[in-house]
Amino acid sequence: MSEFTPKVDGVAEAKLEKTTGPWREAWVGFRKSKVAVVGAVIVIFFILLALFGPLVTKEGINEQLMTDRLQPPSSEYWFGTDDFGRDIFSRIIHGARISLSVGFFSVVGSIVVGSFLGIIAGYYGRWIDTIISRIFDIMLAFPSILLAIAIVSVLGPSLRNALIAIAIINVPNFGRLIRSKVLSIKEDEYITAAKAIGMKDFRILFSHILPNSMAPVIVQGTLAIATAILEAAALGFLGLGAEAPYPEWGKMLADSKDYLQNAPWTMIFPGLAIMLTVLGFNLMGDGLRDALDPKMKS
Amino acid sequence: MNERKKLLEVNDLQTTFFTDSGEIPAVDHVDFYVREGEVLGIVGESGCGKSVTSLSIMQLVPSPPGKITGGEILFEGQDLLKKTEKEMREIRGNDVAMIFQEPMTSLNPLFTIGNQMSEAISLHQKKWSKKQIKERAIEMLKLVGLPRSEEIMKEYPHQLSGGMRQRVMIAMALVCDPKVLIADEPTTALDVTIQAQILKLMRDLNERMNTAILLITHDLGVVAETCERVVVMYAGQVIEEAPTEEIFENPCHPYTRGLIQSVPDMRDKKDRLYSIPGNVPKPGSIDKGCRFAARCESAFSRCWIETPELYRNSENHQTRCFLYDEQEGVTNANEQTTVKS
Repeated sequence: MSEFTPKVDGVAEAKLEKTTGPWREAWVGFRKSKVAVVGAVIVIFFILLALFGPLVTKEGINEQLMTDRLQPPSSEYWFGTDDFGRDIFSRIIHGARISLSVGFFSVVGSIVVGSFLGIIAGYYGRWIDTIISRIFDIMLAFPSILLAIAIVSVLGPSLRNALIAIAIINVPNFGRLIRSKVLSIKEDEYITAAKAIGMKDFRILFSHILPNSMAPVIVQGTLAIATAILEAAALGFLGLGAEAPYPEWGKMLADSKDYLQNAPWTMIFPGLAIMLTVLGFNLMGDGLRDALDPKMKS
Repeated sequence: MNERKKLLEVNDLQTTFFTDSGEIPAVDHVDFYVREGEVLGIVGESGCGKSVTSLSIMQLVPSPPGKITGGEILFEGQDLLKKTEKEMREIRGNDVAMIFQEPMTSLNPLFTIGNQMSEAISLHQKKWSKKQIKERAIEMLKLVGLPRSEEIMKEYPHQLSGGMRQRVMIAMALVCDPKVLIADEPTTALDVTIQAQILKLMRDLNERMNTAILLITHDLGVVAETCERVVVMYAGQVIEEAPTEEIFENPCHPYTRGLIQSVPDMRDKKDRLYSIPGNVPKPGSIDKGCRFAARCESAFSRCWIETPELYRNSENHQTRCFLYDEQEGVTNANEQTTVKS
């Protein structure tokens, strides 16, 4: 906070007026943190990789060249090849698409379901709140990865089911977060004011309470994408996620664990990819928290 | 007196809060009425039930723990307490509107003023086009004296000052020409110069649009400036009711007298300001006798045993004090007034 602009000053206020809107303000706050920007750059890099990477890789992901099995990194195979002679570099790039979409869609799923349940529990209270909160408590009593394994076992192992399982286990986190936020927001005067002009409950919920409780959800969501990617990798590693030919990072780790000693690159690069993405989301999430959480603002 | 119709009548209203430490009757058998186009003030210290009374009229008492446990609220002859939630929604904003104490928090921080104004209008004018709604919003902002209203439409609440926000709130409350505007301490959070402007605005609107105003305040200065009639509340009860002039010239209840004496007089520089000894009793803590007896300078034995009613001391002046009970005789009352002066 090197720049100090007194708000009473007319000039400073005029400047402030140009950068209007709560989101613009959050962006200004976010930019101040170097680490968060680094995180965002990593995340954007992987997103671009997921979107456009498959267009630029020369090798196909499933092209097997038995003559080139377990080749170390070289100018031809940047990250080496695996036990089927597949190019690890292209597989990782394709894998970004899988990991990011699992992370993103599972979290979006949890946010939608969690927000809906949380907002209803928080706003209506009483028995609805009791039922929803107890369900959340029960779900949180299980270690999340165990619960995910249980759900995948029931649904059958596949990438889609892994995504659903991850979405389900994250619902209570978002539900509780929103519920607590709603509990405080519903006491705010603008909610009473909205009621006093004759607004319906439903409209108050979705046009006033929901947008105002979104800031912590965005932060939590970014961090949850990181966890979801890890969980997807873990499920893949356990053979409960993506099926065989898919270049899912966790699955790649699992497939190459036998070659750790003579071909470490088969494990290092997928591992690095997981680590970097997770790190990127975590750094960005922390930065967002600083930018969006009013308690962090002095 | 003029023969204006009673628009809003509160009869024997009781609102109780059911808390862990017992039932708290925040509003205890309160009666008053507001006539068409009238400005009625409700005065009292904090915690005397003014705000709960206003929330009760709108049926916005936080529930649980609060609940309206008795009485009736007649608006144009219809009992609001018997309305369904849906019917009540039609009345809120349309017939009865409300503005709040904290202009800083009564607007949603995430949306522009225009956005919120339009929403308020579209709630009750469902057939209007976007353009009509926008024009109406700008017109209302101009009406409440906001300069550059077109720009303000695009601004967020945090860009406006407290006074401007309170004007926006008033504009929002008035978009549908309500017949009664309940203003719950509308100027308390504002500084004095802005206070005067907002009060003037409310008086102007009252004259121009003939909106009846129920002004809730703890500030007698505000009452003197704005109201035609005053209801004084103490510990959940109405203790005195009279036209404003009458209240200031001839305050009857010892509490009202105390309140008026506590207002600093600039012409007469006393060393210390007058204050009524003691605090407002917790509602529900006194079940016998007059609730003010413990702080009253004129309390006598009867005050501790019996509970006073509202006694009529002239055609439009009522006081809840035994000094004005016919049984006690007028002499007692006169004695007290001479003691005071």
